[in-house]
Amino acid sequence: MGLLSLGIESIFINNILLAYFLGMCSFLALSKKMTTSIGLGVAVIFVSTITAPVNWLIYEYILKKGALVWVSESFIDIDLTFVTYIFFIAVIAAMVQLLEMAIEKFSPPLYMALGIFLPLITVNCSILGISLFMIEREYSLVQSTVFGFSGGIGWALAIVMMAAIRKKIASSNVIPALRGLGITMIITGLMAMAFMIFSGIQL
Amino acid sequence: MISQDNEPLLSGKNKKILTDPAGINNPITIQVLGICSALAVTSQMIPSLVMGIGVIVVVCASNVIISLMRNHIPNKIRIIVEMTVVATMVIVVDQFLKAFAYDVSKQLSIFVGLIITNCIVLGRLEAFALTNKPWPSFLDGLGNGIGYAMILLIVGFFREVLGSGKMFGMQIIPQAVYDAGYVNNGLMVLAPGAFIILGLIIWVQRSITGYRE
Repeated sequence: MGLLSLGIESIFINNILLAYFLGMCSFLALSKKMTTSIGLGVAVIFVSTITAPVNWLIYEYILKKGALVWVSESFIDIDLTFVTYIFFIAVIAAMVQLLEMAIEKFSPPLYMALGIFLPLITVNCSILGISLFMIEREYSLVQSTVFGFSGGIGWALAIVMMAAIRKKIASSNVIPALRGLGITMIITGLMAMAFMIFSGIQL
Repeated sequence: MISQDNEPLLSGKNKKILTDPAGINNPITIQVLGICSALAVTSQMIPSLVMGIGVIVVVCASNVIISLMRNHIPNKIRIIVEMTVVATMVIVVDQFLKAFAYDVSKQLSIFVGLIITNCIVLGRLEAFALTNKPWPSFLDGLGNGIGYAMILLIVGFFREVLGSGKMFGMQIIPQAVYDAGYVNNGLMVLAPGAFIILGLIIWVQRSITGYRE
């Protein structure tokens, strides 16, 4: 599959949020303000682009059955795939921490903008989801990087759009019991429906 | 030192811990936690049920474990400790499903793994297990797990009946109805159906309980 079509596909057709429901918690909780949404969106793009290839390397050279052959021939039967989850979540947590320190050191303005969102990303399921999907679909290293990047963009796109819609909703008269979460879910449903028009596009 | 209180196992307070999350303080509809998997696995009822049970097991077990360790976990690294415990429990559930219910585990694909980042689990650990004894923590986990599984089953029920005319994989809308011109609503099995059904359930639930944002 071409890299461009993989990118377009994971942004629009198989949007990580609207088609796979990943990262819903922070999407619902933090889409009330535009600036917050943009900050969080950028942070997710950052982290997913970095964690996807790192997790790919770890899976390919440590966890997969027979992956430890590069250490010694006798490790050919070792299959560590059952600890994948622990490894991935640890990598994500460590990456988030490293990234936070690096940004703080090299770009204080960016740190001021993204700082508070970075720790939240560890428990954002879209990041772990991207890594797990990449294993399940057997992407190569380059494909994984593209998938991580475009998956992050897809998520950021969805949350920024939602923030814009919620700004409008704030001034409209919604049924009291439906206010907040209820109406947000239904709007997300309509957004997902709108995104379905992209399916069937061939690149 | 261990305090010796003779509280009965299901005292009024404990019963409240157990039943509150299942009803008026539901983790999905009120606390807005764990939505991801609530939507992704519910296009049919069997995966919803399995996922619900999986989450109940993970929440109960990790609540008890963290509660037992609560006095020994340094505050600064508690998130990592919690994540490790949760990930371990999820691995146990995942391996169990792969061994005894392979088809369902294939259907759930990555969403079993995503229980790790399910906010309900981490939320309960942070909010309850870190400051409470094991038995109330277990009940709290059980209550929240059941509250979660309940919503999963309700969403799954509507999506499966409206989307494919089935319940637990068995046809319940008779052929005669189809012959008369009834058509399954294909939207329900797709992503938008899940969002809209959950939105409506939240509406109904909040109308009954009177909760307002």
